[in-house]
Amino acid sequence: MSAARKEIGPPVIELGTIGWLRKNLFSNWYNSLLTIFGLYLLYILIPPLVNWIFLDANFVGSTRDDCSNEGACWIFIQQNIKLIFYGLYPTEELWRINLVYLILLISGVYLLIPNLRHKGWVGAFLLIIFPIICVVMLSGGFGLEAVETRLWGGLFLTLVIAGVGIVLSLPIGVMLALGRRSKLPVVSLLCTIFIEIWRGVPLITVLFMASNMFPLFMPEGVNFDKLIRALIGVMFFSAAYLAEVVRGGLQAMPKGQYEASQAVGLTYWRMMALVILPQSLKMVIPAIIGSFIAIFKDTTLVLVIGLFDFLGIIQFVGTNPDWLGFSHEGYVFAAAVFWVFCYAMSWYSQRLEKKLDTGR
Amino acid sequence: METDKSKIGSFIFNRSVQGIFYQLITLGLVALGIYYIVTNTARNMLERGLASGFHFLGVESQFDIGMTLIDYSPTSTYFDSFIVGLLNTLLVAGIGILFATIIGFTVGIMRLSSNWLIAKIAEAYVEILRNIPLLLQIFFWYFAVLRALPKPKQSLELYDSFFLNNRGLFIPDTVFGEGSSIIFYLLWLTIIISIGIFIWAKRRQNRTGERFPAFYVSTTLILGTFFVSLAATGFPVSFEYPELKGFNFKGGVKLIPELVALTFALAMYTASFIAEVVRGGIMAVSKGQTEAAKSVGLKQNLILRLIIIPQALRVIVPPLTNQYLNLTKNSSLAAAIAYPDLVLVFAGTALMQTGQAIEIIGMVMGVYLFLSLFTSLIMNLFNRFMKVDGER
Amino acid sequence: MSSELMIEMKNVHKWFGELHVLNDINLEINKGEKIVICGPSGSGKSTLIRCINRLEEHQRGNIIVEGTELTNDSRSIERIRGEVGMVFQQFNLFPHLSILDNCSLAPIWVRKLPKSEAKDKAMEYLKRVQIDDQAHKYPAQLSGGQQQRAAIARALCMEPRIMLFDEPTSALDPEMIKEVLDVMVGLAQGGMTMIVVTHEMGFAKEVADTIIFMDEGQIVEAKNPKDFFDNPESERTKTFLSQIL
Repeated sequence: MSAARKEIGPPVIELGTIGWLRKNLFSNWYNSLLTIFGLYLLYILIPPLVNWIFLDANFVGSTRDDCSNEGACWIFIQQNIKLIFYGLYPTEELWRINLVYLILLISGVYLLIPNLRHKGWVGAFLLIIFPIICVVMLSGGFGLEAVETRLWGGLFLTLVIAGVGIVLSLPIGVMLALGRRSKLPVVSLLCTIFIEIWRGVPLITVLFMASNMFPLFMPEGVNFDKLIRALIGVMFFSAAYLAEVVRGGLQAMPKGQYEASQAVGLTYWRMMALVILPQSLKMVIPAIIGSFIAIFKDTTLVLVIGLFDFLGIIQFVGTNPDWLGFSHEGYVFAAAVFWVFCYAMSWYSQRLEKKLDTGR
Repeated sequence: METDKSKIGSFIFNRSVQGIFYQLITLGLVALGIYYIVTNTARNMLERGLASGFHFLGVESQFDIGMTLIDYSPTSTYFDSFIVGLLNTLLVAGIGILFATIIGFTVGIMRLSSNWLIAKIAEAYVEILRNIPLLLQIFFWYFAVLRALPKPKQSLELYDSFFLNNRGLFIPDTVFGEGSSIIFYLLWLTIIISIGIFIWAKRRQNRTGERFPAFYVSTTLILGTFFVSLAATGFPVSFEYPELKGFNFKGGVKLIPELVALTFALAMYTASFIAEVVRGGIMAVSKGQTEAAKSVGLKQNLILRLIIIPQALRVIVPPLTNQYLNLTKNSSLAAAIAYPDLVLVFAGTALMQTGQAIEIIGMVMGVYLFLSLFTSLIMNLFNRFMKVDGER
Repeated sequence: MSSELMIEMKNVHKWFGELHVLNDINLEINKGEKIVICGPSGSGKSTLIRCINRLEEHQRGNIIVEGTELTNDSRSIERIRGEVGMVFQQFNLFPHLSILDNCSLAPIWVRKLPKSEAKDKAMEYLKRVQIDDQAHKYPAQLSGGQQQRAAIARALCMEPRIMLFDEPTSALDPEMIKEVLDVMVGLAQGGMTMIVVTHEMGFAKEVADTIIFMDEGQIVEAKNPKDFFDNPESERTKTFLSQIL
């Protein structure tokens, strides 16, 4: 049976670039047809887009007259860049925002680099001290000039709303999740009702409620500004979604972990704080990032209650009589910025998910 | 253990006593919070002279709405405006769901294509669309595309019957003339006969094993009867085409640009999520299932119909419904481009005029809440029904 | 033993990319013959039997099953798949169908039997593998051994002339292996043509006419059980046997 074998290779047609092309693009007649259709689609979409965005576009100049109108006029973005990024924040105070960005960037990078020591301290700094720095730096006090929140705007405001929304809603979400899984029927029922109400309604109605109803709820003389009202709305809204994410993590925890911690005599709160939550929160980090992406995209809705976030300000500068008719550039720019933020986060969370998956 | 303290101790440290204690505290705190809010609100409303209660629903609204599916005028009541807004919301959600499903399933299946280019194009679609805020997409379609369209005189047209311009999308309207009712009766009759054919074919297959091409036969029957009866009655059904009269189109059905932009954006955005749901559902059916089905000699179309689709659907349906719900809730972004949906009409205009924030926002939230809870109820039933024949 | 030729493989080659998984396979299997294939993992034994009902495509050489050559012609593939039953390592029962429906599905849709007849036949085979009392349960409700027996019954319902077994007991807990092997022994005694990829050497000794040892895509040795265990020729076979016995 094992006669002399001469060494032969696989059919040439199945190897190398040709093999790859044949297998992935032209394996049979309808696949070839699909490939041609795909190429045609790319042909009608990509070249005009590239021409408009890059090749025919104007990048330098100071007024609309410097635009050739053959492609995009990026001068529009460039001339309004301060508004788009910082809103009406006083120009001489911009360093305060930039300093906050810088602190965030440095500590963020520190946390992302693997194998560095004292990460716990940096994390604690970010969660506890950094928010205080933010409040003082951004709104004023301790000798810094006060900047009213109605001057806040642009990408800066978007980041503030999304950041505050997620940071404040996480602890609330964890409490709600624990409450919903509680064995005490009243606690569990109240938490379930709370979660389901917020999850059942669109964010826009929550914002309407925040801007129209919150003032009625407050005692005389207490008056929140518009931003704080929106923040409270966003916070409750995202807390409800995070609660469900965290609950998923708690449910995925093996029963043995509960039993083992009870067996070594931990009380409920110690068991949760020391054993269950650290593990289940780690497991749901990708899902939490997912919620953050959702909140980040949803912050655009605050423009309906009159706040000028990133998208709001782009809409606004587009109505400036000097720059009428450049909405395309504005939207494409906004889309690109949002996309970079969201895609980066989702890419990171997917990577993390794979890492956690193999680490288990 | 000390016996003296043990009596009190056994009471305080009794688990169920502790439980009741905690629950009473929670309940008390919640009640206190609600009482605080209610008294504040009552005083604030008294001070500002705001009315309360639902009497305003019967009052004349005195505002007009750009698009109404039922008869409505400024002399109609606030309740009528609520219904108009609700119907407009349901309309945009319905059309959006239809198109999102079609696009989403197509893109989801494309992502699984063995053709590398097609799979990559689908992936690009998903990654681009779902990472850009929906509101931005709505603005783009509305302000940058539809509003930038030419005036009616230079409309984009298709077959002289579909016209797209900055006033909206104009499509032909169907007009049913004399004798058209007979066609409808015949249509119903053939549909009933087709159902009969399906039942008969199934029974016959069970009895003899012979298969009957019920699908082709009944499709031919329905379409054939439809066209024959159409011809026999002298084409009583006609189309009314939109025509350019002066500066605008007359006749046909006009879809306002707000509706077109909103539906378009909602469908494209939600489709990117549906595509992922579909892809996940199909991938959840293991390769071994296809191999087992092949090994018993099933053909490709039967493998799809009998093995893959039934299994994939169980995975797909719950998250798919969730996406439908999201789309419905997201349709409230209509307010930002002034499409007269529930939020804009009722929580916007009506609220502004009456000032009755609590009642109005309560009603609007109630509608969405009802839709959500109703859907999750159905999904729970679905899951329970599916579990009967599943896990151990 | 009749010498009707059931399966013929001539100079069969297959590559996964650059990897030569089947290297010049020549094999003739007669009616009623029982072949056991063993070898280290990655030796190509599963690929070999998966080529017989074309779950994998071979790239060079010929495979002829019951006089029909395996080509890309879908009609011949379907005809052969109807004649060749297969049992998988992971059972691959259809989880959304009851055990009875799992068994009657192909007879109804491929053989076009009336439903009642297909179900009767399914019950008959389920009785033969002794799980007729589980007929109305769903796969997930059964133990591994019961699932594998159900999978055998599903394959038998098509009344195949050849049965392929791809490591049928590897995914089973030890106490369930015997119940599956017993069914297979019974099948062998009934005269079925069988090709079994397995490491159960006791089973091989008991039923095999020929034991084939494969390594690196080649058939290294093919002998009757006695010679195979007593006088293995190749070093590779000896090493393998010393590891497994």
